[in-house]
Amino acid sequence: MKLLTCLLALACALSACASKPEKPEKSGAPSARAAGAEPYPSTYRVPQRPPVLIRSATVLTGTGARVDAADVLIVDGRISAVGSGLAAPDGAQVIEGQGRWVTPGLIDVHSHLGVYPSPAVQGNDDGNESTDPVTANVWAEHSVWPQDPGFAAALAGGVTTLQILPGSANLIGGRSVVLKNVVSATYQGMKFPGAPQGLKMACGENPKRVYGGKDKFPSTRMGNVAGYRAQWMEAQEYIRDQQEYEKKVADGDEDAEPVKRDARLDTLAAALKGEILVHQHCYRADEMATVLDMADEFGYRVSAFHHAAEAYKIANLLAEHGVCGAMWADWWGFKMEAYDGIEENIAMVDAAPGGCAIVHSDSEEGIQRLNQEAGKAMAHGVNVGFAIAPERAITWITANPAKSLGILEHTGTLEAGKMADVVLWNANPFSVYALADQVYIDGALRYDRAHPPAAPDSDFSLGQAATAGGARP
Amino acid sequence: MIAVATVLAVLVQSPLGSAPASAASVLIRGGTIHTIGADGVVAGDVLITDGRIAAIGSNLAAPPAAEIIDAAGRVVTPGLFGGVSHLGVEEIGIEPTEGDYALALGEMRPEFDVTLAFNPNSASIAVNRVGGVTFAVLAPTAEAGSGDQPGGTIIAGQGAVVTLDGNVSPAGRALFVNLGGDANALSGGSRAAQYMLLRQALLEVRAPDRLQASDERLLTPLGRQTLLEFIERGSPFVFDVDRASDIRQVVAFARREKLRAVIAGGAEAWLVARELKSADVPVLLDPLDNLPASFDKVGATLENAARLQKAGVTIAFSFRDPQAYNIRKIRQAAGNAVAHGLPPEAALAAMTRNPAAIFGVADRTGTLEVGRSADLVLWSGDPLEVTTLAERVFIGGQAIPMRSRQTELRDRYLERLRRGAAR
Repeated sequence: MKLLTCLLALACALSACASKPEKPEKSGAPSARAAGAEPYPSTYRVPQRPPVLIRSATVLTGTGARVDAADVLIVDGRISAVGSGLAAPDGAQVIEGQGRWVTPGLIDVHSHLGVYPSPAVQGNDDGNESTDPVTANVWAEHSVWPQDPGFAAALAGGVTTLQILPGSANLIGGRSVVLKNVVSATYQGMKFPGAPQGLKMACGENPKRVYGGKDKFPSTRMGNVAGYRAQWMEAQEYIRDQQEYEKKVADGDEDAEPVKRDARLDTLAAALKGEILVHQHCYRADEMATVLDMADEFGYRVSAFHHAAEAYKIANLLAEHGVCGAMWADWWGFKMEAYDGIEENIAMVDAAPGGCAIVHSDSEEGIQRLNQEAGKAMAHGVNVGFAIAPERAITWITANPAKSLGILEHTGTLEAGKMADVVLWNANPFSVYALADQVYIDGALRYDRAHPPAAPDSDFSLGQAATAGGARP
Repeated sequence: MIAVATVLAVLVQSPLGSAPASAASVLIRGGTIHTIGADGVVAGDVLITDGRIAAIGSNLAAPPAAEIIDAAGRVVTPGLFGGVSHLGVEEIGIEPTEGDYALALGEMRPEFDVTLAFNPNSASIAVNRVGGVTFAVLAPTAEAGSGDQPGGTIIAGQGAVVTLDGNVSPAGRALFVNLGGDANALSGGSRAAQYMLLRQALLEVRAPDRLQASDERLLTPLGRQTLLEFIERGSPFVFDVDRASDIRQVVAFARREKLRAVIAGGAEAWLVARELKSADVPVLLDPLDNLPASFDKVGATLENAARLQKAGVTIAFSFRDPQAYNIRKIRQAAGNAVAHGLPPEAALAAMTRNPAAIFGVADRTGTLEVGRSADLVLWSGDPLEVTTLAERVFIGGQAIPMRSRQTELRDRYLERLRRGAAR
């Protein structure tokens, strides 16, 4: 497997391929992974590539800065420098960026690629474990189909990192996974090394419709909240029992009975401890305020409210709590709780002092053009008097989603030392005509518009007669 | 129908009722005017008088009391087409009591006319018209039944062109037919049966003498009359279909049965562009449709629009999902088609002149030409650009108030945000 990954990556140094095998020797019984070790670990490896110097481009750094006629230097998969007159190291590939724009790789905090893939046939329908309102025990990564053609389409739109979430049928839908948008036969080969998992929770209509429709609990918004609270109470007890057990062991009690392990409570306990980040689907302002109170009640943090159609009504409240709003530019009306969505929502959340606005997709179409969605939101903000420059708007699809995913120290801006997740655009990325010319992930060129791959990345699309004749995504 | 139109014309007063009456004449001065008609692109002025375009040219004289709008640096286009939509027949997408677009009697009823449910006060109308959409095709949708609940059939029913001042135009009627894999549940499980059902319906219409009294029939007398009118008037049959082989079947079927066919969806239309061109069958397509969402759309590509246009096929833009809410996004979709090879003027035509022609209202709207209804938009810049906004919208020469429920919400909470409240 390791060898195959290297061959696919095409430029894997021999030394890396020869590095020690991860799996134990075949002889003897297989042993369980060590307690506490990450199960289903990432097998993604940064391919070794020569340095890349992009010269004299307009650079939006993701930190709020715009640098004109700037160079971007990538060395060993990391951002080495952004500045002017940078020297090309030996063997560097030099790209003339004049007239072109450079941004951090785009990040989508809300995607169902792989769990609701194309084609959307029943056999691929893996996004909602809608058999119980609480499925904190399920992990989205165990549903991800890496052959979803949507991944390659998103890559052509500049998306380098994405969070795959379970659907919103359940109060607590399960764990998310953060992926690098790279081709792999396994999701482990896409997993963002070191990224925390998320916990998908949902407010409002979906859980009450799905379970109320089956004459089950919950069927109301008050039922929803009662449902979450019961879970948090149990999780608090679980943590307490574990702590008591650990204390007994520490005190030398050899008869101490370990707490029976529970996959659901493992997840909830990790969320209470902040090891798993809470991402809550929530449209209405009043429900977001309820959830913030609930988070205070149980002592955890909400990382972001997703969809957040009414975030603009409580923009200051969200900012005070340090909670991001992840929103669409213009979706509204398709359900009652989306009826008050407005085109200035993103700009208003951004305008609150300390506000954290994110443009998300929740869509295999929208993820292909997060830059355009941000462009619309920027224009509507400017129209009502907010001074939003491109260097600000780019943070909605780079640094802010990185922050909400707990990976801002690794990616999301072009600061030196970070992963070289970089997009070179043929124009201002907030133009409808802008196309990604090149997309780099960890310094490796993963998409090159001038040299499209001879065959599609997705095995599903490979060899399909209807795509003959050069149809590109 | 005349009675319906009159009632609706009265209802129209309410959405616009609070607006100040438009001046009898409006002179839009010094803009870039995309006429999408014989005049091409004109740097100059547009004069609107009595609801119609009175003149297009440079240095036009303003009639007395005309409102003068400075369009320097701005762009004027015909009002945009929002595509096939549930506008005004769907208030909230998933609320069964708030949608009127789907007939679920389990019977083939081409006489089902969804325009009778049109609500000109629907919030979606103002939301989309301040985004520059001035007309759309109101369409029914056929949905499959479930369990004991009957569903629709492959003939969803009739729709028509609506203008976003709330008029239903009886001139723009169309019949909507669902084919292909997505419609299998409406036709006994097979796409092959769809032609069997259509042929039977047409036989009932065209050769009633060949039917015995005891024969099972698909259509009611009114249904037969409706289909006959569509055939005789050459009104469009809009076939929602995506797979190349299905499109080929539709083209052959329509030729054989002498129906005026329009393809909607058409994800794989580029694969049969030559046949579509030679049969003069236009395609309503969603330019953002590029993923194999089903095995009918394996060939979906962002270059569909450009390839069809290059082959000489008439194209118009419409979102695949006939939702009511965000049809203002159509110009973004058009911009993406341009980014993938479609000439910009062709993209504008696909949102103006072409749909007007396809649905039989080209004599009124879709181009800026003297005598046409003054349905036009003044844009802050390139209308295909996502950072451009509609600044003024005119329908029938009347200035649309640039307000909607969304701008009201915005202004209420902007004020609170600026006070530091917003919590």
